[in-house]
Amino acid sequence: MILDFQPSLVILGKIGFLLIGTAGTAVAAPGGPVAGPDMFSPASTPAHSIYRLALFVIVVTAAIFLTVFSLLVYSIVRYRRRSSDDEREPPQVYGSNQVELAWTVLPVLVVVVLFLAAARVIHAVQDPRFPPGTIEVTAVGHQFWWEFRYPQQGFVAANELHVPVSDPKHPTPTHITLLSADTDHSFWVPRLAGKTDLIPNRVNSMWIDPHDIGVYLGQCAQYCGTQHAKMLLRVIVESPDDFARWVANQQQSAKRIENVARGRQVFEATACVNCHTVAGTNGKGTFGPDLTHLMSRETIAAGAALNTPENLRLWIKSPDDIKPGARMPAMQLKDQELDDVVAYLSSLH
Amino acid sequence: MFDAEPMPRPIPFPAGRAVSRPLFERLHEWVTTVDHKRLGIMYILYALTFLLIGGVEATIMRIQLIVPHNHFVSPQVFNRMFTMHGTTMIFFVAMPILFGFINYMLPLMIGARDMAFPRLNAWGFWMTAFGGIILYFSFFGGSGLYGAGSAPDIGWFAYAPLTSPAFSRGHSTDYWIIGLLVSGFGSIATAINIVTTILCMRCPGMTLGKMPLFAWLNLVTGGLVLLALGPLAAAQIMLLIDRYLGGHFFDTQAGGAAVIWMHFFWIFGHPEVYILAIPAFAFVSEIVPVFSRKPIFGYPIMVAATLTIGFISLSVWAHHMFTVGMVSYANAFFVASTMAIAVPTGIKIFNWLGTMWGGKIVFKLPMLFCIAFLFQFLIAGLTGIMLGAAPFDWQLGNTYFVVAHFHYVIVGGILFALFGAFYYWFPKMSGRMYNERLGLLHFVLFIIGFHLTFDFMHIPGLLGMPRRIYTYEPSRGWDMWNLIITVGVAFQAAGILVFAANLVWSSLKGKLAGNDPWDAWTLEWTTTSPPPAYNYATLPEVKSRRPLWDLKHPEDPDWKYE
Repeated sequence: MILDFQPSLVILGKIGFLLIGTAGTAVAAPGGPVAGPDMFSPASTPAHSIYRLALFVIVVTAAIFLTVFSLLVYSIVRYRRRSSDDEREPPQVYGSNQVELAWTVLPVLVVVVLFLAAARVIHAVQDPRFPPGTIEVTAVGHQFWWEFRYPQQGFVAANELHVPVSDPKHPTPTHITLLSADTDHSFWVPRLAGKTDLIPNRVNSMWIDPHDIGVYLGQCAQYCGTQHAKMLLRVIVESPDDFARWVANQQQSAKRIENVARGRQVFEATACVNCHTVAGTNGKGTFGPDLTHLMSRETIAAGAALNTPENLRLWIKSPDDIKPGARMPAMQLKDQELDDVVAYLSSLH
Repeated sequence: MFDAEPMPRPIPFPAGRAVSRPLFERLHEWVTTVDHKRLGIMYILYALTFLLIGGVEATIMRIQLIVPHNHFVSPQVFNRMFTMHGTTMIFFVAMPILFGFINYMLPLMIGARDMAFPRLNAWGFWMTAFGGIILYFSFFGGSGLYGAGSAPDIGWFAYAPLTSPAFSRGHSTDYWIIGLLVSGFGSIATAINIVTTILCMRCPGMTLGKMPLFAWLNLVTGGLVLLALGPLAAAQIMLLIDRYLGGHFFDTQAGGAAVIWMHFFWIFGHPEVYILAIPAFAFVSEIVPVFSRKPIFGYPIMVAATLTIGFISLSVWAHHMFTVGMVSYANAFFVASTMAIAVPTGIKIFNWLGTMWGGKIVFKLPMLFCIAFLFQFLIAGLTGIMLGAAPFDWQLGNTYFVVAHFHYVIVGGILFALFGAFYYWFPKMSGRMYNERLGLLHFVLFIIGFHLTFDFMHIPGLLGMPRRIYTYEPSRGWDMWNLIITVGVAFQAAGILVFAANLVWSSLKGKLAGNDPWDAWTLEWTTTSPPPAYNYATLPEVKSRRPLWDLKHPEDPDWKYE
């Protein structure tokens, strides 16, 4: 427990938020229904700590609002000039030291309480001790996509972060080191944790320990250039077994499948290889996402489109139709070459 | 109290002097003027022009966001719009319009004939004016070599390294830098003038403790401008060195530090909020007493609270940076300083309430806007407390919740106080009363529009919608809120048009106002409306904070109690 509040206060706050309709609405996103990026249905310890602090702050500020608002309304109604009033001015009162003292001391007390509550959560989230078995991931922000390196397992993925679910009894949190290759970005998946910026020339970090299996949505939260809007982010939380299977697959090089050899030739013979890696080919570029296991992702273009052959074809032909301002150039391939390369990419499971 | 001659009589103009002269001659008089009142009016008109431009930019953004995956404008254009909207509204609307009111009213309220340095005053205005023109020329000359031109798209706080040559080709960022540098120097000049005028130009009898609160609060504003604008100018010059002379202060590709820019910017940026807010407090502190028919409650405490806000506001800047990965105790420090500023701000709200308490409140337009200000500023302060709790900010920072919060401060607080000031001093500035019905229509439209837009803007922020995105996914529960937000804009725009029409119509056809339409108590109401060029034929002499109260109530003057 980070904060031990009266349960009734927590419930009050939750009711307040139900009134404006924010409680964990499940919505349909690309790839089936997943919960929206709502900070009020936390699924990981940092997000939970923030959630409880948020309810506390909301209840306190709501109480202040009701008090001052009532005073304002009362004085407007009670002390309005009435038509029956005579022309005399009201008593001229210049002030009162006792009253001033009261409305200085009370806010000071409130502020001290709020500060202590916030400081406690800051400490809990920022200075944790990590148990053995913590998964290490390095997230690198690029204009306008995410690179995820798994240094312990020795492979690189992109845009969809896979992590194992963390059992509170035997926690397996994921520690994320945050770097940037170009401009400022911010890693934000509201249900898992608050946001932390990725800043070039600086090493930041954060951690998550998701308690439930599922897909968690987020996106870049620091303006990073033209396509900041479509730098989307999904975190896929899996059972330990599924995660181990996914890792084992990601560690493989791409399989050489002969009936897509023409597509591989197009890939290897054009500028694709300058930016993209496919392990086991001469594609070793790192400017764009690693494509070795492209088909293991649900989306392309950092979540801007579902990963279907049609979208893939459109993306290679004319990236601006999906994501204007993206760094991927239109590849100027002939129709046959497009078909071949899409067939090849579709074989990269 | 005035001795032999209570109301200084204006010196009449020689007959026929004001009769129509050639247009060119009249324009020439305005361009070359060093009169604080004319400069004040020019500041205000200049800012109102930019208010319309900045409003159009906001409207373009809101149309783009009305539905998900909209194609009204491209991402490039959208990014330029939010950059120009923010920069314009802060530097070329809010600051000049407040400086305009200070320029016009300050010498009148402290019984002076002009500002301390009239020529510097004119220089400051023209620097501000040219700064805005330089910034907007970027629409034509921004991209330099290609000729097509474009405005900057770096956001109004221009975070490194988006401003480095690698990410910002062409000259659009240079126009942003130079435009703000130029207007920044103008602001510093004006601040020097304000501080000097208050310290040196007060009329006989007006000790510091007998100044109207307006003067005290703007003394703090002037001091903050002097302290805050320097770091911004320094950072912008460093950025120019990076861009043209091979410097690497903020150039991360050569080892520079992006975070240093953030510190520089927000060391300017947070006091800037108070540079805008304190003049608004000053207006409210003049209007609320007059329409409650009571003196301001706790004058010395109000002064102390303002000074405290001024000091603390210099130590809260990094609460804009809770997500950049500061160590935990640094975050905790800025939580503490940010929370602390809530105390003096709360004291101010309580004192305004204390002024209304026991009064006989007259609901004229200036007071209506001030009451709306009180209500909205209260909410803005409370959402500020939420954002000031760093962990909550890790969720709310850079979302639409923040956008809603600071628009609540700047529109709901500062702009509403400004509208109050407009209606309060319009009779003094133009000599005519505004149209009450149009004013009321403006109030109603703007209240509806403001609350539709900015109340509902908090919600997508809580639901995970980041700011500065030109479009969004349809599946995230943000659609309806964005629609409502955009609908509100139409009401606000209508309100502004009614307001503009009222200003034009009333300054030509309004009823004559007389010297003192509000039965008010500060010195500006002793002279004619509009005041003559020299303000006062004989310098007034005061014995209390409310010289006109003393005059109107010789049996019960203030100076017996102060």
